[in-house]
Amino acid sequence: MAEGTAVTERTATTERAGRRRGPHLVPGRMVAVLLGGLAAALAAVAMAGVTVGSVDLPPGAVWRVIGSHLTGAASPDPLRDQVIWELRTPRVLVAALVGAGLSVAGVALQALVRNPLADPYVLGVSAGASLGAVLVVSFGATAFGGLGVTGAAFVTALLSVLAVYALAQRGGRLLDSRLVLAGVAVGYLCSAATSFVQLRLDPSELQGLMFWLMGSVAGATWSDLGVPAAVIAACTVLLLVQGRSMNALLAGDDAAAGLGASVPALRIALLVVASLLTATSVAVVGGIGFVGLMVPHAARFLVGADHRRVLPVAALGGAVFLVAVDIVARTADRPNELPIGIFTTGLGVPFFLWLLRRRPGGAA
Amino acid sequence: MRLDIAGVTAEIDGTPIVSDVDLVAEPGAFVGLIGPNGSGKSTLLRTVYRSLRPSAGAVSLDGDDLWRMRARQAARRRAVVTQHGDLGGEFSVAEVVAMGRAPHKGVLERENAADRAVVADSLERVGLAHASDRLFSTLSGGERQRALVARALAQEAPLLILDEPTNHLDVRAQLGLLDLVRSLGLTLLAALHDLDHAAAYCDRVVVLQHGRVRASGPPLEVLTPEFVADVFGVRAHIGAHPITGRPHIAVASAKPW
Repeated sequence: MAEGTAVTERTATTERAGRRRGPHLVPGRMVAVLLGGLAAALAAVAMAGVTVGSVDLPPGAVWRVIGSHLTGAASPDPLRDQVIWELRTPRVLVAALVGAGLSVAGVALQALVRNPLADPYVLGVSAGASLGAVLVVSFGATAFGGLGVTGAAFVTALLSVLAVYALAQRGGRLLDSRLVLAGVAVGYLCSAATSFVQLRLDPSELQGLMFWLMGSVAGATWSDLGVPAAVIAACTVLLLVQGRSMNALLAGDDAAAGLGASVPALRIALLVVASLLTATSVAVVGGIGFVGLMVPHAARFLVGADHRRVLPVAALGGAVFLVAVDIVARTADRPNELPIGIFTTGLGVPFFLWLLRRRPGGAA
Repeated sequence: MRLDIAGVTAEIDGTPIVSDVDLVAEPGAFVGLIGPNGSGKSTLLRTVYRSLRPSAGAVSLDGDDLWRMRARQAARRRAVVTQHGDLGGEFSVAEVVAMGRAPHKGVLERENAADRAVVADSLERVGLAHASDRLFSTLSGGERQRALVARALAQEAPLLILDEPTNHLDVRAQLGLLDLVRSLGLTLLAALHDLDHAAAYCDRVVVLQHGRVRASGPPLEVLTPEFVADVFGVRAHIGAHPITGRPHIAVASAKPW
């Protein structure tokens, strides 16, 4: 009798311990803590981003300048004010927004094509968006039916996703090899067209070309922030609402329909959201690669595959990541600044290859 | 729940894959859908998943047109275990089963204690209560199918559709799964490959060939040796199972050797 009770208790304890641990590194109830930690990390890395650069500034001065703007007081030091408030702060905020936007775009694309290798850069969506942006920058809004830079980038991004999608599928199933090859091909085509448009217009504009091909957050201004902030917030909320359906979609179209998801509508929503997020990012900072590949993977590694957890973790994590990478890009070769895309690609390609090798033979 | 497939034609890229199919599953019955490869079984089932709209005919549940319901409403009345049950990510077994609660939840509503109880109960019924915190990807083939049946149970739908649920399972897992679904007390429609399974477990079978219904009725009335030879191209012997005494179909290659 006593023995029986002891055994039952032990079993119960083991079960409880097992449940508390769960299969994910960060269990469900700790996700809020993780998000708080990421928010704190974002604040810290943003502060560092404003403090360091070609000239390092004392943190006290940074606080005083930011404080003066937030309270509306007169600025203590016009020169530092210029560097901190007009150059570095918007730059850090743009890096954070774009990091979040590209990461969320990666999550949307990966759910759409049901393949973790998807990323706006790998699938040629960034290159597609660059083309539209460059057309408007070069020829003016009239070249694209009155659309602005972001609008034109959205149209060409959407067209390139559709092209990749159509090329990569056979009988409704997407194959790894075809997906990557179609993405690379569409990306090259769009990049070539972008180069052609720019060089034709102004052969001395090589600097601008580098911007669209490699991406850069240098030169971001306060006026660059509004549209991306609104688009990224709206898209992230829209995806969060669809989190359950996105989970179901991973099990296949038939299973998702069986679970009550409206599959065609969901696919259209994911297509539009991924294109919109990529387009707004590219319009502001050019093509920055592999953020949408690495960050969602890191998020899933921590919290598992449930999109309702992956999305907020990836958004905040992506913001932290890109602000941090921008600090490295600014300080690695001082006083020169290197394009941020060199670093994200330098990290992302080995990661991509590792992921490619780890996956079983090209299955969808 | 009565499933009524009436005069359904379904096309893929303009080619009819199933034509004018009638099939009825009475409440509580286990109906087997059988036929050679390419006879249109999976395509017909897709019209019940609502992933392929019939170009003619109607699918109805207790008289209500399935294709006129809202997606979530349909998912509260019929659950689905598809053939490719692989999930593209790291979900725990409990998370997979909790997906079955989706049609019962508002978009921003979180799973509550009642949902968790349904999930735990579903896992219990399929014998996987101990595995709820494991990663779905680490389960064996038989356990995965059971977890997907548990997900369907969590939908609390009275009709369960299965597409070749015993594919790739070892013999024990195959029979275990069929025992399990038969014991659930649901209306069942399952595409089955194994004629012996169909004979032993189904109340009725519907035989498809070239996208059309060749015959339907109780297995022993339909699956005569002549009929099996005609549709499946094999010789068949029908008798009582030497161990269980249930109907039993032994098949052999059409060419003696």
